[in-house]
Amino acid sequence: MAYLFCSDLCVGYAGKPVVEGISFAVGAGEMLCIVGENGSGKSTLLKTLLGLIPPLSGRLGFGGGMGAQEVGYLPQGDKAQRDFPASVWEVALSGRVSRLGSRPFFSKADRAAAEGALARVGALPLRDEAFATLSGGQQQRVFLARALASEPRLLALDEPTTGLDPESSETLYREIDGLLTEGVGVIAVTHDIAGALPHATQVLLLADGRASFVGGYAHGTGNGGAR
Amino acid sequence: MTALEQLSLYLAYPFVVNALLVGALVALCSSLLGTTLVMKRLSYIGDGLSHVAFGAYAVAAVAGITRDLLVIAPVTVIAAVLLLRRGQSSKVKGDAAIAMMSVAALAAGYLLMNVFGARSNISGDVCTTLFGSTSILTLTVFDVALCAVLSVAVVGGFALLYNRIFAVTFDEGFARASGLPVDRCNLIVAAMIALVIVVGMSLVGALLLSALVVFPALAAMRVCRTFKGVTILAGIIGVSCAIAGMAVSILASTPVGSTIVLMDAGVFALLCLVGKLRGRVLKDGR
Repeated sequence: MAYLFCSDLCVGYAGKPVVEGISFAVGAGEMLCIVGENGSGKSTLLKTLLGLIPPLSGRLGFGGGMGAQEVGYLPQGDKAQRDFPASVWEVALSGRVSRLGSRPFFSKADRAAAEGALARVGALPLRDEAFATLSGGQQQRVFLARALASEPRLLALDEPTTGLDPESSETLYREIDGLLTEGVGVIAVTHDIAGALPHATQVLLLADGRASFVGGYAHGTGNGGAR
Repeated sequence: MTALEQLSLYLAYPFVVNALLVGALVALCSSLLGTTLVMKRLSYIGDGLSHVAFGAYAVAAVAGITRDLLVIAPVTVIAAVLLLRRGQSSKVKGDAAIAMMSVAALAAGYLLMNVFGARSNISGDVCTTLFGSTSILTLTVFDVALCAVLSVAVVGGFALLYNRIFAVTFDEGFARASGLPVDRCNLIVAAMIALVIVVGMSLVGALLLSALVVFPALAAMRVCRTFKGVTILAGIIGVSCAIAGMAVSILASTPVGSTIVLMDAGVFALLCLVGKLRGRVLKDGR
């Protein structure tokens, strides 16, 4: 059962379509890579999938008992506010807001999950550091910990390797592989086609306002009509 | 007579105690919300709203409504909500909307007071309203009670929403993607800001209110690296500057509002220096 599916989806801003005819499904352990030129609508599509902007037409929904709060989001790293006063711990713990429900404060379980997520990405020693003073690669790892803190079943990555050195990118992809093995679904928007493709099960190419599958990669199915 | 004796003499007057109480409460509320406002690049919303509050004050004064807070509070809250509800798709951008609203309200308020003003000393009235030079010393018990209730609501609301406010302020996109009701959260913060501004008008006046919001947060950011640390230190700075400023203004007969703000500015300069020195020490240590 797919965690997230869409059929004949049309996305865009203020009634103006950017990409039409998008159909795919992402399930447990699958990774969908969304590639395309600048301005091809990658970010628009991701924002629509995350519920940040409404779809213009078509169907978009969760399956397999998924809810919006089970989607982890790793935004583009270079968008972080440079001067924001926050510790690594505060940033990681804020990943648990989706699990707060109607509670005002974080519980012991919330703290344990945030700590576990930090340990998992190897950022636990940075716990008390100021987030703003970290390097780009370290910030990206903390953001990944924040996304993982909510124990997501689906992870949405926006240009996850932009601004990272090759070594940090490699670490990130290893982490993603680990998550896929554990049955997390991954959707990644990326420029880094060469780096991402070995990990992808499906590749969606956005060009000229249309979406099409590019087949034949790794364990790829490349099935263009995946509902 | 020593300064201490003089202070304890003044403390025997209920109006002085009232002023200290209201001053500390307003400073606490505005400095708590200050961090969020500064980081959201909304430092000017305080300025804009305080002008709207001034316009409402003029209407209340002309209409002869003595309990003017009852007019000012709802008008300012509505203005704050309108400013934040416009959203990004709106044709008029945020800074322009704040500027228009604030200038129009300021002009309308001054015009009303000038044309219909009951008293002859209009420039004096305007000065008092904008700089709050004496009004904090003429607070009624009703004012104090209202301030106390509003402060408890703001501080309590802030504490309960703290984790959500952090998430929304740090990364609104992530908060929205996490399913947090970001718009509702922004709306509640807007309402709290408006309430603080309404109450703060009687302390430092409309013009200097922004300083009360912005200075403690900025000062705390020089030396603290966590959001919680900045929030707590900003609260401490805000409250102690307000109390110390009022004490100085009583002893030296200086205007209350300006004294408090200059005190805040002084603490900011001091912590800037501390932060710089500490940064240098850390750099040398590496």
